[in-house]
Amino acid sequence: MKAPDFAYLRPNTLEEAVAALGRFGDDARILAGGQTLMALQNFRMASAEILFDINWIPGLSDIHEEPDCLVIGSLVRYAGLEASSLIERDAPLLSEAVGHIAHPAVRNRGTIGGSLALGDPAAEMPACMLALNAEMVLCDANGERRVPADEFFLGLYETTLRPDEILTAVRIPKARPSQCYAFDEVARRRGDFALAGLAIAGKAEGSALHSVRLAYFGVADRPVLAVSAMAMLEGQSLTAELIDRVREAAIGELDPPDDPATPAAYRRHLGGVLVARLLGQLRERLL
Amino acid sequence: MTEPSKTVQMALRVNRESVEATVPVRRNLVDFLRDDLGLTGSHVGCEHGVCGACTVVVDGAIMRGCLMLAVQADGCEIETIEGADQSGRLAALQAAFHRRNALQCGFCTPAMLLTAAALLEQNSKPSRDEIRDYLSGNFCRCTGYQEIVDAVAEVAGADT
Amino acid sequence: MNFQAPIGSSLPRDRAKRLLAGRGQYVDDIQLPRMLHLAFVRSPYPHARVKSIETIDAVAMPGVARVVKGADLVGVVSSWRGTHNLFPGLKAPEQHVLAGDTARWQGEAVAAVAARSRAEAEDAAEQIVVDWEELPFVGDAEVALENGATFVHDSLGSNQAFAAEVKQGNTELAFQDAHLVIERRFRFNRHTGVSLESRGLIADYDPSADRLTVYQSHQTPHQQQDLYARLLDIPEQNVRVICPDVGGAFGLKHHLYPDELAACAISKLLERPVKYIADRFESFLSDIHCRDHTVTARMAFTQEGDIVGMQVDDLFHAGAYSQYPRSSIAEGNQIIRLCGIPYRHEHYRAAVRMAYLNKSLLGHIRSVGHPIACAVTEQLVDLGAKQLSLDPVAMRRRAYLRDEDFPTTSPGGIALEHLSFHGCLDRALERIDVDAFRREQAQLREQGIYRGIGFATFVDLTSIGPEYYGEGGQHISAQETCLLRLEASGGIRCYTGATDQGQGIDSGIQQVVAGVIGVPVQDVKVNSGDSELCPVGGGSWGSRGAALAGEAALRAGQELRRNILNIAGVLLQKVPELLDIRDGAVVDATSGAKQLALAEVAQIGHFRPYMVPDNTPSDLTVTGRYASRDRMFLPANGLHVAILDVDTDTGLIVFQRYLVVHDCGRLLNPLLVEEQIRGGVVQGIGGALYEEFIYDDDGYLCNGTLADYLVPMAAEMPDIEVEHLETPTATSELGAKGAGEAGTTGAMGAVLNAVNDALTPFDVTLSEVPLTPPRILRALGKI
Ligand SMILES: Cc1cc2nc3c(=O)[nH]c(=O)nc-3n(C[C@H](O)[C@H](O)[C@H](O)COP(=O)(O)OP(=O)(O)OC[C@H]3O[C@@H](n4cnc5c(N)ncnc54)[C@H](O)[C@@H]3O)c2cc1C
Ligand code: FES
Ligand code: FES
Repeated sequence: MKAPDFAYLRPNTLEEAVAALGRFGDDARILAGGQTLMALQNFRMASAEILFDINWIPGLSDIHEEPDCLVIGSLVRYAGLEASSLIERDAPLLSEAVGHIAHPAVRNRGTIGGSLALGDPAAEMPACMLALNAEMVLCDANGERRVPADEFFLGLYETTLRPDEILTAVRIPKARPSQCYAFDEVARRRGDFALAGLAIAGKAEGSALHSVRLAYFGVADRPVLAVSAMAMLEGQSLTAELIDRVREAAIGELDPPDDPATPAAYRRHLGGVLVARLLGQLRERLL
Repeated sequence: MTEPSKTVQMALRVNRESVEATVPVRRNLVDFLRDDLGLTGSHVGCEHGVCGACTVVVDGAIMRGCLMLAVQADGCEIETIEGADQSGRLAALQAAFHRRNALQCGFCTPAMLLTAAALLEQNSKPSRDEIRDYLSGNFCRCTGYQEIVDAVAEVAGADT
Repeated sequence: MNFQAPIGSSLPRDRAKRLLAGRGQYVDDIQLPRMLHLAFVRSPYPHARVKSIETIDAVAMPGVARVVKGADLVGVVSSWRGTHNLFPGLKAPEQHVLAGDTARWQGEAVAAVAARSRAEAEDAAEQIVVDWEELPFVGDAEVALENGATFVHDSLGSNQAFAAEVKQGNTELAFQDAHLVIERRFRFNRHTGVSLESRGLIADYDPSADRLTVYQSHQTPHQQQDLYARLLDIPEQNVRVICPDVGGAFGLKHHLYPDELAACAISKLLERPVKYIADRFESFLSDIHCRDHTVTARMAFTQEGDIVGMQVDDLFHAGAYSQYPRSSIAEGNQIIRLCGIPYRHEHYRAAVRMAYLNKSLLGHIRSVGHPIACAVTEQLVDLGAKQLSLDPVAMRRRAYLRDEDFPTTSPGGIALEHLSFHGCLDRALERIDVDAFRREQAQLREQGIYRGIGFATFVDLTSIGPEYYGEGGQHISAQETCLLRLEASGGIRCYTGATDQGQGIDSGIQQVVAGVIGVPVQDVKVNSGDSELCPVGGGSWGSRGAALAGEAALRAGQELRRNILNIAGVLLQKVPELLDIRDGAVVDATSGAKQLALAEVAQIGHFRPYMVPDNTPSDLTVTGRYASRDRMFLPANGLHVAILDVDTDTGLIVFQRYLVVHDCGRLLNPLLVEEQIRGGVVQGIGGALYEEFIYDDDGYLCNGTLADYLVPMAAEMPDIEVEHLETPTATSELGAKGAGEAGTTGAMGAVLNAVNDALTPFDVTLSEVPLTPPRILRALGKI
């Protein structure tokens, strides 16, 4: 299938972009890496009147550091994340997660901002933002606002982004030496969207864990935190018995959708398998 | 560009030749290369980014030709199988593919070659698992993949 | 006959070089002047009445040349019925290129737009307004055959399309007396061929010559030529079908598709070239699908592990119509003939029923019916062995047909020459130490790793003879002809009716011709895939190229060789028997001394023919022809062994090892056969683990994209070891049997048995494929 007819706009600066977005708003759709949007267009499932190509806007493709956080431009490609030593040092969870996304040719083009703005429930990046307590930077003609990941993802392909806003960057608190993290997912084939996945980040003091965030993907209409399981981990050292209880709690609070190919019970079960496996890994690392 | 338009005039380089073209904005890159420029070595297998048959090289990086608009290649340096073949940079891979019969119908082959070459640029000594991993986004229905993996491994071995 | 190199040599393929350079020419690469592009409006419903089709807005869209409804094609193209004379009980409804007042499957085309570009054709198709009235649908074969089911075709008065039974001995009595009877119900879910290049064609009708030229991604140009001539009422000699490079076919490109015939009809109507390339969406909806069988099977054993008999009941369906021109029964028919075939047993009863229902058509995809018969048989053998506390290898060794049993006719009615079951098993055991495996398996289980081994013995019915389609009334050639022409420069042109979609049959034939005549391979150029230039042949399907076209090439080669030597004999004043052809030159047969270049002989033959006496056969353009006699199939055989791990937490499967021991008679080129086998195995693994069409309760296809219909990709696939045995068939001089489907035939059974072996400690048996993680965990009681 060929994409339906549309018009194309290529702003050269952020100011131009937000001004134009303000003008065309609802009829326009931002084109970043296109690794989702182009496929939807080709299937005539998305048919925006105007595609708004932000790839020419300078300054959205950088990763830079501030004292406490990394600022990742929304146009940074997955391949850029993979190759970045800053990310490896200050956000190692992302380095680990990004290799699970799709395949090299898709990672060369797909952007972190596109993934977050899309809000695919089975995507890796949104869950990582949740686990890392990141902030999204959103810009419109009037300026910018910052939205914590906890508040950004609203539902199936739904975020707090307004039609006249651009996601310009994400701000990720830098990993401290005490940070502990783990990541895994279950997919049928290499690079497939996950059937279920889990990103974990927290602090370890001695063997005790603090502020651990368990961010699941693929098990709900958006990335979700397993809140009661997280509470059980607070201040505790990992034992086999605790891991077992956390697993039970996590399974208890997951309520995945049912679809003809993948029953809800299967995704929920995977939620338990993943949390037990990843906490088991953390336990070994902390020993 | 501050007003939306339905066609765009662009200038790019394709296989080391300058190309100027006015394209409808809705045309994707692989259709442009195939239908407008006659570079039919890039193939279309799904148009949704999964099969990898449309892989081309954009500014040195492999990409899905079906998931980019042609106008987004404005100012870029594009290389397709035709250019890569003529430059000779694929010769060792092509010879190994040929010797080992790492292709049957050949529909996936140009993209496999470009993808394999991209791997070898990044990692001159990939393991078999790394090769399989890197090629995991390129569907081949005919071969069992094994000879493709063997061919890439053979070239990697010969490089050093 | 002395088979000299290059017959049997692992040579790379000529054609591959072009493809590697990106110089292939597939149908979508071809542009013709004034060419239009087609897009179809397809039914979004599994079953619906078409109350009206409003086209006013579509006609006014930019670039549109014509909007076509079914009524516009009346008188341009005929309808058809997918019957088969060998199965007179088959009820086949009439089918049209565009559905008339009723659409019977989701994806059935009701209208078409011809426009300047595909994009514009699609734009206009979106503007066509169809007033649909949804009708109750039938989505399941069992439901279709229940009393009171909605009819798919009212005119048939029933949804049952066909039923048949095969019988030998008395299974009822034998089962009563048997020591052990194992019964299982199996589900083989629906999948398809997914060639990477989708279906497509360019139809170019020239009214001034009443001539139709079709460039088509297809396996059988002569079959298409006949169909287009008859259905479009064009003299057959004016119809030419050219199959350029074809990007994979696997059986899905040897049928007649209504949309493709519509393209031809619209070209005839508009008198312009028309291109239609199915997009991936359309492929999944409208390509022929396969499998979708429910098999209930029982196997009876003696206490010692001999097999007494087998009972098989297969229920499947054709989709909404019987496929044309081959009909849709072959998959079921093969199953009832093939179950239990590697094993000695006397009592056999197998029945099949085929229904119609509201889904796209089911037809022939690589290894028709075979994987099912193999998986059913091999799982029952494993279960019997388990119950009898026998080792599965020992059980097979005991129960296989023995060398002294051949030739024989199987209980399902298949004539078997000599098959090497024991030889294949011996070879497999040389490669795999099963005792060591069992020790390792036990150790791993203690660590919570569940590894299993699965064996699957198969018989592959290759190279169908004229007794099947010829007798069935289809115009499908089971005869092959090869035409050879010695050029004046000494090179040889070869034309074959077989076609090459990457299997390498061109190379196999090239090697046969070169080997038989005695010239270097590069001196032989093979041409195929053109119904006008090539001698009539059946194309490529059903593992037939090497055996049939190869034999025809051998015969043609022998004749050309004889004629060359006749001419040389005259020139050299020697009896031809004292001469030979080696490395492209006529030599003295004993000393090997070079006497004449082939070019010298050819120039006499072409330009100074008066030098050769009239009564000396000296044609330098010759044909060789081959069709089998008195046999429907040419059975080949082999054994698959899969070793894999099942993650009992996630249900994911990881391969550890995969071995195929294969016997396809004389090997023309081991390199090509091996990659055929591997590709087949991977396709079989697709069916065993991944590929499945999923429909929701309303009968809609849920996974019609490559993102959710999963095909096997490189990262998960194993390396596949291939071993060959060579038991040439005595029915031809060349002795080759088919090889193209063997990989697919055994993979499902081997994987199924390996998974069940891995899960032995849990005392569960899975009998439904694909073996998806949820199915595995459900069997384990974890979800
Ligand atoms: C074969 C294949 C496999 C894939 N597998 C995975 C996978 O395993 N995991 C995964 O996470 N993804 C996967 N993807 C999707 C891929 O990650 C996409 O790149 C990503 O979802 C979207 O990013 P993009 O930059 O391509 O965005 P686009 O496709 O350009 O845009 C996506 C959406 O976000 C909006 N948008 C984009 N950028 C902005 C912005 N800065 N501000 C506001 N709105 C914006 C667009 O309007 C659009 O609605 C896969 C894709 C393919 C083709
Ligand atoms: S055609 Fe682009 S990935 Fe399949
Ligand atoms: S060779 Fe046919 S798809 Fe790869």
